[in-house]
Amino acid sequence: MKTRYSHGGDEHIFVEVDEEMSLDAFFKSLSMTNALREADIDGVTEICPANASFQVKFDPDVIAPGDMLDKLKALEDVAESAEKKMTTRIVEVPVFYQDPWTHETLMRFRERHQDPDGTDLDYAAKINGYDSAEAFIEAHHSSPWFVSMVGFVAGLPFLYQLVEREKQLQVPKYLRPRTDTPKQTVGYGGCFSCIYSVRGAGGYQMFGITPMTIFDPEQTVSYLKDFMVFFRPGDIVKFAPIDRAEYDRILAAVEDGSYRPRIAEVTFDLDAFNADMAGVNAKLMEALDGA
Amino acid sequence: MALEIRKPGLLTTIQDLGRPGYFHLGIPVGGAMDRLALRAANRLVGNDEGAAALEAVFMGPEFTVTEDTVLAVTGGEMPIKLDGEPVQTWTSFAAKKGQVVSFGYLSEGARIYIAVAGGIATEAKLGSRATYAIGALGGVDGRAVAAGDVLPVGEGDGIAGRTVPEALRRRPGQPAELRVLPGLYWHRITEASQKAFFEDEWKVAPEADRMGYRFRGGRPVDFVEREQPFGAGSDPSNIVDGCYPYGSIQVPGGTEPIVLHRDAVSGGGYFMIGAVISADMDLIGQLQPNVPVRFRQVDMDQALDARRARQSTLDEIRAALA
Repeated sequence: MKTRYSHGGDEHIFVEVDEEMSLDAFFKSLSMTNALREADIDGVTEICPANASFQVKFDPDVIAPGDMLDKLKALEDVAESAEKKMTTRIVEVPVFYQDPWTHETLMRFRERHQDPDGTDLDYAAKINGYDSAEAFIEAHHSSPWFVSMVGFVAGLPFLYQLVEREKQLQVPKYLRPRTDTPKQTVGYGGCFSCIYSVRGAGGYQMFGITPMTIFDPEQTVSYLKDFMVFFRPGDIVKFAPIDRAEYDRILAAVEDGSYRPRIAEVTFDLDAFNADMAGVNAKLMEALDGA
Repeated sequence: MALEIRKPGLLTTIQDLGRPGYFHLGIPVGGAMDRLALRAANRLVGNDEGAAALEAVFMGPEFTVTEDTVLAVTGGEMPIKLDGEPVQTWTSFAAKKGQVVSFGYLSEGARIYIAVAGGIATEAKLGSRATYAIGALGGVDGRAVAAGDVLPVGEGDGIAGRTVPEALRRRPGQPAELRVLPGLYWHRITEASQKAFFEDEWKVAPEADRMGYRFRGGRPVDFVEREQPFGAGSDPSNIVDGCYPYGSIQVPGGTEPIVLHRDAVSGGGYFMIGAVISADMDLIGQLQPNVPVRFRQVDMDQALDARRARQSTLDEIRAALA
């Protein structure tokens, strides 16, 4: 890992902890943003952690960009020695794979795709060495995922697959971004899955849709009354495949306020995970099954 | 007191100085694209500079005022009519109960700011009335202004006849010049492409909105060869998804640069070659599609000088209206 610092205009500093994605880079980035928040530096207005990088927005009338850069660099050593462990939660997210709505959308934007004659799932299955879309779907939901960034648009989680690197799914983004994506589409780009929180533009491949609302500006959804955004970095997600009938049932339950996402509190220790991924995942699943 | 919207124009939204503090969740600061124009309009009618006003793009709305009041319109040049009679731009004017404010054709710039004494008093979300349509926050129930809307207005006591001196009404030049501090993933493109970006004349593409402005007409960029890092995706313009600064310039696929603006997406997987400096962000809001644009390279000292120059323009406006 080699940390790189760059000014982003006169109001931002961008810190790339590593060029490539890893949970080690995520934890170091998270530690640096935590240390920065605790340092409570005058002039800092936004601290945005990302997958393997983060960004600071500041007021250059209060703190000079050069001074801001020096303060950030000084935090790097603190972050190196921070504990790579967090108390978090595992959440089950139901997914209706190969649904009609993302299918209609992906057909509409076919000329922007690498494989204009297939579907996003067929293409993803092929380039990852799976015989069928169904086998690929199974790989997508059979292990848990780690929320390594929230953003792009309101409350959208980026999810990193909790498996050995050689087993991780990788799919390129669309050649040119779409201007439309259905709300709550489960997408994929690079090594990340995501859930589009709102309808809008997007460049990730589309695999399915969840009936579970994850952003509610009106805060009428029962589990979003405290805050309109559901996900936060560090959350762990388990996708659960559902059919159309189950999709319709959950959608109605979200609307009438009776739906409660399945959630369990867990501890995630990166060193323990790196030492025994299957074992840690089994414990995570056990916690979720008990919820 | 209220504004009764008869015609909404093309896209008219309620904007203020936005909602900082939620970009880490993908909720952008938003607010007026041309902040200097918003501040000036509010000053003219005796409001706090950050009061909520209407931002109208390309075409003005038409509305009735329900009580005697004072208004001002700044930003792009668009003839103002009060019951059909012309009124000066960048100058506060009185409107009587029942009078109709409407607009002629835009002659310069892209966005006008309509401030009313007391400010628009719709419900604030996360500390701001700014319309962020993608996230359905602020505005009128999370959306742009529509015909039939009745926009509540707060208590105010504006004075008619105050004006911003002509020299302080900042406009884009021809071609418009946007100053850029290279950085972020600048090293990803070849030296020849770095030069070409600043040499070429670009044009604003039709895809230009509050989220970002796309440009076309310049040469596509060539990338420095590398093996793509794990997790980034296979296109050379891809990176492991990271944060995007406001004003940052991404070039998806290496072809058409996009400058992110007030309603920016907070992150994504495209590399960026740097960012437009804070002093020139307002100007972008006044660019129409098809206008020629040049990017000019600056260093940090020049960026901070430009920021100070802009601040002193604002101070001069404040002094002129004191």
